[in-house]
This record gives sequence, C-alpha cells and structure tokens, in this order.
Amino acid sequence: MLFFAPIEFINQLLLKFFSGDTINHFIWPFIQIGLVVTLVAGWVAYATYLERKISAFMQARLGPMRVGPWGLLQPIADGIKLLTKEDFIPEKADRWIFFFAPYIAVAAAFITFSVIPFGPDWAVITDVNIGLLFVLAVSSVGVLALILAGWSSNSKYSLLGALRSSAQMISYEVAMGLSLVGALMFARTLSLSGVVHAQQLDSVWFFVYQPLGFLIFLVSGIAENNRAPFDLPEAESELVAGFHTEYSGFRWSLFFMAEYAAMVIVSAVAVTVYLGGWYFPFVYRYTEANGYHNLYVIVSLLVFIFKLLAILYLYFWLRWTLPRFRYDQLMDIGWKWLIPSALINIVISALAIFIVQALNGWRGIKTIESLSSGLDLTPIGKALMIVMGLAGLGLTGLSLARINWRSRDFNLKNQRRNIRLVNVPSGKPAVAPIVPAASEG
Amino acid sequence: MHQVEIATTQETLLDSPEMVLNMGPQHPSTHGVLRVILKLDGETVIDLDCDIGYLHRGMEKIAENRMYTMIAPYWDRLDYIAAVSNGLVWVETVEQMMNLPVPRRAHYLRTILTELNRIASHLLWLATHALDIGAVTVLLWALREREEILKIFERQFGARLTCHAWRVGGMPNDAYDGFTEDVQQFVNNFPTRLDEYETVLSENRIWLSRTVGIGVISADEAVAIGLSGPALRGSGVAWDIRKSRPYAAYAEMDFDIPLGENGDTYDRYLVRLEEMRQSRRIVNQALENLPDGPVNAKLPKIVKPPVGDYYHSIEGPKGEIGCYLVSDGTAQPWRVRVRPPSLINLQALKQLCLGHLVADVVAIIGTLDIVLGEIDR
Repeated sequence: MLFFAPIEFINQLLLKFFSGDTINHFIWPFIQIGLVVTLVAGWVAYATYLERKISAFMQARLGPMRVGPWGLLQPIADGIKLLTKEDFIPEKADRWIFFFAPYIAVAAAFITFSVIPFGPDWAVITDVNIGLLFVLAVSSVGVLALILAGWSSNSKYSLLGALRSSAQMISYEVAMGLSLVGALMFARTLSLSGVVHAQQLDSVWFFVYQPLGFLIFLVSGIAENNRAPFDLPEAESELVAGFHTEYSGFRWSLFFMAEYAAMVIVSAVAVTVYLGGWYFPFVYRYTEANGYHNLYVIVSLLVFIFKLLAILYLYFWLRWTLPRFRYDQLMDIGWKWLIPSALINIVISALAIFIVQALNGWRGIKTIESLSSGLDLTPIGKALMIVMGLAGLGLTGLSLARINWRSRDFNLKNQRRNIRLVNVPSGKPAVAPIVPAASEG
Repeated sequence: MHQVEIATTQETLLDSPEMVLNMGPQHPSTHGVLRVILKLDGETVIDLDCDIGYLHRGMEKIAENRMYTMIAPYWDRLDYIAAVSNGLVWVETVEQMMNLPVPRRAHYLRTILTELNRIASHLLWLATHALDIGAVTVLLWALREREEILKIFERQFGARLTCHAWRVGGMPNDAYDGFTEDVQQFVNNFPTRLDEYETVLSENRIWLSRTVGIGVISADEAVAIGLSGPALRGSGVAWDIRKSRPYAAYAEMDFDIPLGENGDTYDRYLVRLEEMRQSRRIVNQALENLPDGPVNAKLPKIVKPPVGDYYHSIEGPKGEIGCYLVSDGTAQPWRVRVRPPSLINLQALKQLCLGHLVADVVAIIGTLDIVLGEIDR
C-alpha cells in the first residue's frame, strides 16, 4: 500500500525520538486534535458555501459565483472580511462577559469532537466510556454562552433572544437525552465507539429498531442547534439577530462557527447512534479481512462523512423550506409531543427487548445470537424488533393525539376554512361613459 | 442613561415591570421606517403604539405648487410598490374633473397594467409576509414572478418601479410591439407558479399555526376602523371599488371578489392569493377584447380643471386609494389630499396585536400589507 507509506514513515520517524507509549498518548492525539480542529473550522467555512449553494438551487438562483470558480473562494473572502471588521463592543455592554461568551460557545462546540468516532482505530481521538453523556453535558454548556451573550449585550432584542434560547435549549435537551435511551438499551454501552460496534455486530442500524427515537432526536437536534424552523433565538424578522444582535466581526463569526460546529456534532451523534456510524455493509469484508487496515479506516471515514452530509443536507433543506415556529408553539412541541413520546419510546423499547429475550428458547424459537456486547439478534429477532418499533411509532402517535386532542394547534387543517367567491353586481361607473373608438378618429 | 431599577422587596420581585421594546424604525420586518413601541409582559404584547412620519416628504404640499400634469410622477412615490395604481388615481381624478373622454383602448390598457401591478404588489406582499414568518424560499420565488411583470413595465414605461405610467387623458405611448405576447405568456405561466406557493404554504402545519386565529378582526370592527382592500375582505365584507364604482374598463370585466370568514391572518392570505387569480382572469379578458384606436384624448395646452372639488378612488392593491382634489381654476391645484389605504389599515394594528406575542406582531404588520411611503407621504 504505497498510498499509506507517509503514515508509516511518520510513525517510524516518531519512534526514533519517542517511546511507543508517548506517541500513543501524546503525539498522536495532538495530531488528531490539530487535524479535527482545522478540518472542522474549514468545514464551517465551506458549510456556509454549501448552504448558500443549496438554498440558491432551491430558490432558482445561482448563489455565490464571483469569487473564484463557482464562487469556491467565497468562504475565504468572507473570513477575511469578518476578521478585518471592527470588533464593536457597545458602551453599555458588560465588557468581560461580552468578550468571553463567544469563546465559551466555540469551546463547548469543539471539545465535543474529541469523543466522536469518525472511523475505527486511529480515526477517533479518544474513546471515553461515557462518550454520549459527555456529548450531552458539554453541548449543554453552549446554552450558557448564548445566555451570557444575550445578557451582557444590554440590548432588549439580545435579552429576548437569550431568554428564548435558554428555555428552548433546556427543554429540548430533555427530549434529546430521553430519545437516546432507547438506542442505548440496544447498544448496552455509552461509549460512542461501542454503539457503532454494537450496530456492526448486529449488522443493523439502530434507526430500524428505533424509528421513533430517531425522529425525536432529529427534531430536538434541530431545535437544540437553533436551526430553522426552530431558530427563534435569532429570528431575524422578530428579534433582528437575537442574542448576537450586538456582536460584529470576529466575535460574531465565532458564534457562527459554534452554530455550525454544533450542527455537525448533532448530526454526528445521530449518525453514530442511529445510522451505524462509520459502519457500512461489506466494507469490512473487502478491506480489513484482506489485510488492508488503513484502507478500512479511510473507507469507513468516508462512509461516516457521507452519512453526516446526508443529515446536514436535511438540516439545510428544512431551513429553506419551512416557516418559523412561534415561541409558545415551540414549547408545546417540546413538552407536549417530544418529551411524552420519548418517554413512551423508552417503555416500548424496553418492552420489545424484554419480549425478544423472553421468546428466546420458547418453543424452539431462537431470537438472540449472543448478548456479549450489544444485542446480537437472529433474523427472527430482528424482524420482531422492527415490527415492534413500527408498532411503537403508531402507538405513540395515537396516544399523543389522544393527549393533545383539545389543544388549539391539534388539527389545523380542519380549522382552516376556504374563502368564498362572490360576484356582486357592478355599481354606477365612476368614469365618464367610454367613447367608442370609431367616433374618435 | 438611566440605571436599571433593582427590585429589593419580595413584592416587586414578583410583579416584574413590563418591558418597553422599540421596534423600528430600523428593524428588518416593519416594512420600512415604521416605529412600533411595544409594551411587553414577557413576550406578550400588552400595549402598542405606532410612531410614523420618518418618511414624510410633504407630497400633498408639493402638489399645490405643481402643474396638474407634473404631479403624476410624485404619486408614484406614495405606494412605490404599486406605482401604476397610484398614478391612475391621480390622472383619473383630473380627467373626471375636466370631463375628458378617455379612449377605450387606453381604459383597457390601464386595466391590464393596473391588474398586473396588483399581482406584482401582492407577490411582494407574499414574499415579505412569508419572510416575516420565516419561509425564506417563497421570497425568492415570488420575486421571480414579479420580475416578469417588472420586465413588462420596463418595456412599456421605461421604468420598473416608479413608472410614471399614465398621462392626463390617456397614456404616453401605445402598447409596445409584443406587449400582448409578453402579457399572454405571463398569464399562461402564472397559475402553476401560484400553485407552487400554495404547496409550500397553504397546507403547511407551521404556516397554519402561525396564521390561523392570529390578528382576528370582525367585519363590524373592520368597517368601523375603515379598513379597505384585502384586509377588509378577509373579514367577509364584499366591498371592492372595482365593483361598486367601476373605473377604467372594470365595468366590462367579469370577476369575483374573494371573501374570508374569520378575518384572521390566514384568511387575508387566502384572499390575496385568490385576488391574484382573479386579476389574472381580468387581464386575460381585457387582453382578449383589447380594442384598437388611439390611446390619448385631445387635451388643452394647459390642464385646468374647473373650479370645484372632486373625490375619486380606485381599488389599489392595498385598499382604497382616494384622491381629493380642490381646484381654484388655475393651472395648479389648490389642495390635494390622498386617502392612503396603508395608513388607515395600520390603525387596526393595536387592536389586532393586543394579547399576541412579539412574533405575531411581525406577522400582523405583514398581513396588513403596509407601505411606509404611503403612510407618511
């Protein structure tokens, strides 16, 4: 494998200076961290390009076309512009908090990348055994940045934005955390790599078992990231720019970066937990099994990135299609729909696992291959699980419909009325009688 | 430079003071330089006041010092989105004062072009209204269709927005070569485009939850305030000056008036969409029956209406645009007064907004379809 020669070369070179342990614990993580930070920062820049292009194609226009071929250098031009802009701090602002809030946002967003398994083996920075908990905990620190930014700006729009974001992100974190519980029962671990391994072992992506959990996670993920249609904290038509109204230049771009990085994290967690992470059928068989280890890692990495982009495309798509929710409606969806359905999902998943385990060995039915790490099911077990997952989806829908029957927003299509057309007779013309064309000439 | 009052006792901590929020004059969705002073309890509007006049140019006063024919371009700048309709109300008022026989062809062309302008104005309303509620894509789609109309205007009048479309007694030029084809092409393409917007918005759950039951005004209240145009018809009042007091060639056109039932934002949205369809119908009819002949009446050298006063109004895209003209027999009007539909529709804002949230205020300003050039004059 000539392609991977440089990696081997660097490894050999490092071994001359450091011991194997030092390399594994210090040097290699530093390289990984450097790579991830650079790549994510670069991604953020190009995500804006991607978003502008995608929105442009949806809106029958071209998007950025001027800077470089197809406007490919536009993000760089934007970056230069933002860095050279005046960094304005309002007179009445609380200077230090105003100063630090964007850094908290960016730090919270970037730290989370340390536990995301981008691929097997060397493509993950660190595999913490409470990885998922870590992601949820650190990403909720991001709320703090928004609150501080909104509060310290000493502007009413910023304050309203901050209030909205704190309420929104806290309530949607509940739904987000609860929706993951179902999938974790299948994975039997909190380590993100472990979740992927469990899916690899079972060769089924968890969204098949957990359609409801996946939906809840996607929706609350969008809300958690303040993306449209839940972009209330920065709703530009109401609150000008919400919590970052008073920010400009570089500090504003940090918030922007944090938003896009957080978007990547939520999509990465969705991919890892529900879409099999870097696992894709047949990749292992044709690479690792034949002895091409590095190829295996790189193909898996590409698989992960591809899945990530699919989820991100969904985010872009929704943003440019849907109108924005109102604040109270957003809370309704969070507390009346998502959290109850996440709770029901936990019960149903537990029941499903219990039933599948109980059926194992009953009248010669074999549902479980092994229980070592994750749940390794036989085809019968899988079919049972899928059926119960879909049944759970229907059941939850029905029970929630029953709960929310009386709410105003329940079935708006029935509430809408059609307009009627009337043809009233014409009154006396205001204009002098029209002179026929013939008498003119 | 006032200090924020810090509540010290338990009592004042519990009933926190309401917040006064200045929306505008620089705000993305007040549709210009409208300043709305909101008193908020949390995010609920408990009081509201409008501050207007940031765009005051003294149009009516200027008009007192201009010849009758020179005033028409000023009128384009009232409602700059519907310049063609605004120009029409001025020239028709003068024509009727002088009893000028305007050629039939001119009347038909006026009908076609004002209806196209109505569509353009409604499209811009749809674009901004959807943007206010957060549907960004509709903005670009609607502007794409509006562009086609503006192209027709550009070819016909030489300008896209403030066209100076009409002259007293008719039109500056006859329709350009290919006018019929251009309009016909637009008319043919338009329904499918309208259906596209309907697909994105009309059945959309979020759109429904943002508009159904928001800003409700009953028919009686609407009449009492003096609303006109789609804002009035959304409440179910069949009042359309094109029907009740036809001008131009509307007496010969066959069209319906769409009426809402609830008087909420969603009804006004549906009414405007249907109005675009009806406008298309009118354009189609007028185009089919477009008579031949001159487009200009014979005019005296200096336009001098007889001594007296006259009020004429037309159905603009936003409501009744009226023009009250007092002539003292000289070449300049003695007094001119415009009845701006946006100003009068804006008076309903407080009533519509009380008890709603900040986000709804934006939606309601959008649904009233105001334009500040007309409010401040």
